[in-house]
Amino acid sequence: MVEATNDSVVKKMEKILQKKNGFLPYYIQELLAQKIVEKGLEKDVEDVVDRALEQYNKNMVDPAEACGIVAAQSIGEPGTQMTMRTFHYAGVAEINVTLGLPRLIEIVDARSTPSTPVMTVYLEGAYRVNADLAQKAANQIEITRLQDIATIDIDIENLMIYVILDEKSMQRKDITKEDVIEKIKKMRKVGVEDDKERLKVTLEEPGYKNLMLTVESLKKLKIKGIDGIERVIIRKEPNEGYVIYTEGSNFEDVLNIEGVDASRTKTNDIQSVANVLGIEAARNMIISEAHDTLSEQGLHVDIRHIMLVADIMTVDGTVRAIGRHGISGEKSSVLSRAAFEITVNHLLRASKRGEVDKLQGVAENIIVGQPVSIGTGAVKLIMGTQRRKK
Amino acid sequence: MTKKRFNILEHELVPEHIVLSKEEAEKVLEHYNIKPEKLPKILASDPVVRTINAKPGDIIKIIRKSRTAKKAVSYRVVVEETTAPTLMKK
Repeated sequence: MVEATNDSVVKKMEKILQKKNGFLPYYIQELLAQKIVEKGLEKDVEDVVDRALEQYNKNMVDPAEACGIVAAQSIGEPGTQMTMRTFHYAGVAEINVTLGLPRLIEIVDARSTPSTPVMTVYLEGAYRVNADLAQKAANQIEITRLQDIATIDIDIENLMIYVILDEKSMQRKDITKEDVIEKIKKMRKVGVEDDKERLKVTLEEPGYKNLMLTVESLKKLKIKGIDGIERVIIRKEPNEGYVIYTEGSNFEDVLNIEGVDASRTKTNDIQSVANVLGIEAARNMIISEAHDTLSEQGLHVDIRHIMLVADIMTVDGTVRAIGRHGISGEKSSVLSRAAFEITVNHLLRASKRGEVDKLQGVAENIIVGQPVSIGTGAVKLIMGTQRRKK
Repeated sequence: MTKKRFNILEHELVPEHIVLSKEEAEKVLEHYNIKPEKLPKILASDPVVRTINAKPGDIIKIIRKSRTAKKAVSYRVVVEETTAPTLMKK
């Protein structure tokens, strides 16, 4: 009942705001509606909206405020207090995750792969509660190579390789002998024979060197699992059930595994999120990863600063780094770029191309000794000298 | 491996994307008093854009789940490919 009235008040507010051409964030509208219903002020909604608008507009960031610099300082100062080198075992035993300053740098630099890619794979339905099913899903994800389930013997005299399969580990990994034969058959220039407990692998072009090369590639032969995922750990979490943590990340393939709750599964690889889920998801990822990295170190940065960074990193539809190779390296002003990094190169190239600097940014104007076009400097106001004489 | 195809729009990281009609798009541009190229961009090859079948030139309304405002509306214009950044240009 209360919910319904809350909603109706919000609707009423929206109408008033539209009429006044004003804007209040949804959360504020909701809070106001709650208070209005509580205090029974339904008749005075318009007054409330008026006052709220007045306060909201008063507290907004001023026009021409250098919000980017404020954001940079707000993230930079706590950043100086971050641990330089942390290899923390984040919550999960045995999985190593880069945290602290190195991770923050990784996020802002928009690296194509994080230095320690990890995934958190949530499961759905019965997979969540049944340990056997969870193990089954994990088997689908973790990469299993031939050397994990078999010992490989070399017969140098006959130039043959014997693959002695280990029943126990095969059973645990849910792999049959046929699967293995199938996979070996797909390799080039080898033949396989089933020889009771072992498999006989013969070479099409016998030779000692070839034999050794084949042994190496047999050891690394992928039997099952997803490329890139080297290790998985299954843990039972309270209020959740079984969750799979992986070392290595392959977002796209994991999402399509049976039993995986794809809608909640996470990775720390921002570029792959951008490729699989789009730029908006990547923006959300940057915000949450940067925020979590900072708060994990006990540093509190207002999320709005991080949101601004994420917005800038994703404006043009791709994830761009902040810095020389990204945003700052592509500013239109020559002097601004030169003031940032690799000064000579920028000036040289600009002079070759005949670039023009319109002196609109901050750095350029400081170089030439003019007021910068932010804050009060953004207003071009000149008193009419003619008029004063009158 | 089973052939399960996941619908990316269901992922919790993906906010709601709505393609605006011509009239709605014009209204938005008029409200902010800008040209479409001043809007943030989204590539035509973006997985979400392909799923909702938007064409280059379309304006997409994005309803984000914001941590500060709970629900925040934003817009992006669909572009063929990344153009030179418009940052700092006036």
